[in-house]
Amino acid sequence: MADQKDFSDLAMVHMPALYTAALRLTRNPSDAEDLVQETYLKAYRAFGSFEAGTNLRAWLYKILTNTFINSYRSAKRRPEIADVEDVEDLYMYRRLSGDQPTGLGRSAEDEVVDRFTDTEVKQAIEALPEAFRIAVLLADVEGFSYKEIADITEVPIGTVMSRIHRGRKALQKALFEFGAARGLVGVTDDGR
Amino acid sequence: MEQDGSNSEPGPDVQVPKPDVISFLDCDETIERLYFYLDGELTETRRIEIQRHLDLCGPCVQAFGFETELRKVIANRCKDHVPDSLINRVAAALHDEARRQAN
Repeated sequence: MADQKDFSDLAMVHMPALYTAALRLTRNPSDAEDLVQETYLKAYRAFGSFEAGTNLRAWLYKILTNTFINSYRSAKRRPEIADVEDVEDLYMYRRLSGDQPTGLGRSAEDEVVDRFTDTEVKQAIEALPEAFRIAVLLADVEGFSYKEIADITEVPIGTVMSRIHRGRKALQKALFEFGAARGLVGVTDDGR
Repeated sequence: MEQDGSNSEPGPDVQVPKPDVISFLDCDETIERLYFYLDGELTETRRIEIQRHLDLCGPCVQAFGFETELRKVIANRCKDHVPDSLINRVAAALHDEARRQAN
């Protein structure tokens, strides 16, 4: 049992991470702020059911994710990537390096990746279909394990893995296309 | 059920690997396991298999290095500043809620 008077001290430090997740999920600041506030209120009210000493951050994400799915997701539809299914392994790496790895040390490919902007990365994540977006966000931005993500999103771990892996590849493709659009990376016609 | 259906050929996953036996992996098998490895989601034995392949394979080392770098960039580029107004708003909402519960 957790005591409500400890809530603020324990929970407020997680707000930057929760706000970032809320922005990627709702894709607009005003909804993100409402979502964060609602998450904190629900968490505060339910804090008595939180087991002290367990993972508070994961618990807060669970409330955030459920609140998003129940209240916000249908509000504003935006185009999402359709072909999450078809992206191959090492999508971006193969396109940047061709078939010739450049040798040892920090490579040209790594340096290209470093030049992606915040906006490009955020937009690429926001373009992922919702289930994939949530999985990738929790894994790659928040650093949760497969098991934790399965608990947060209440889906089987096999599905979580599949969503993370496929979501990442789709994210790479979206990011590569943004990069190509502004001439950051070369575009090849045959896709190799 | 969602499955990762990217590889329809009968691969190493068809014959379930024995938990404690370290086998040799080729490049395709290594790349297939890349995310599990980088995510720290492999057992010790499966992790050693990847490391042994990487010890001998420059191209795979580079691919793994690239994916590691890309992941770092994604995590670092995805931060947002919390507006002070939101912090205050949430603090006020919690305060009001505490008062409401007290009455």
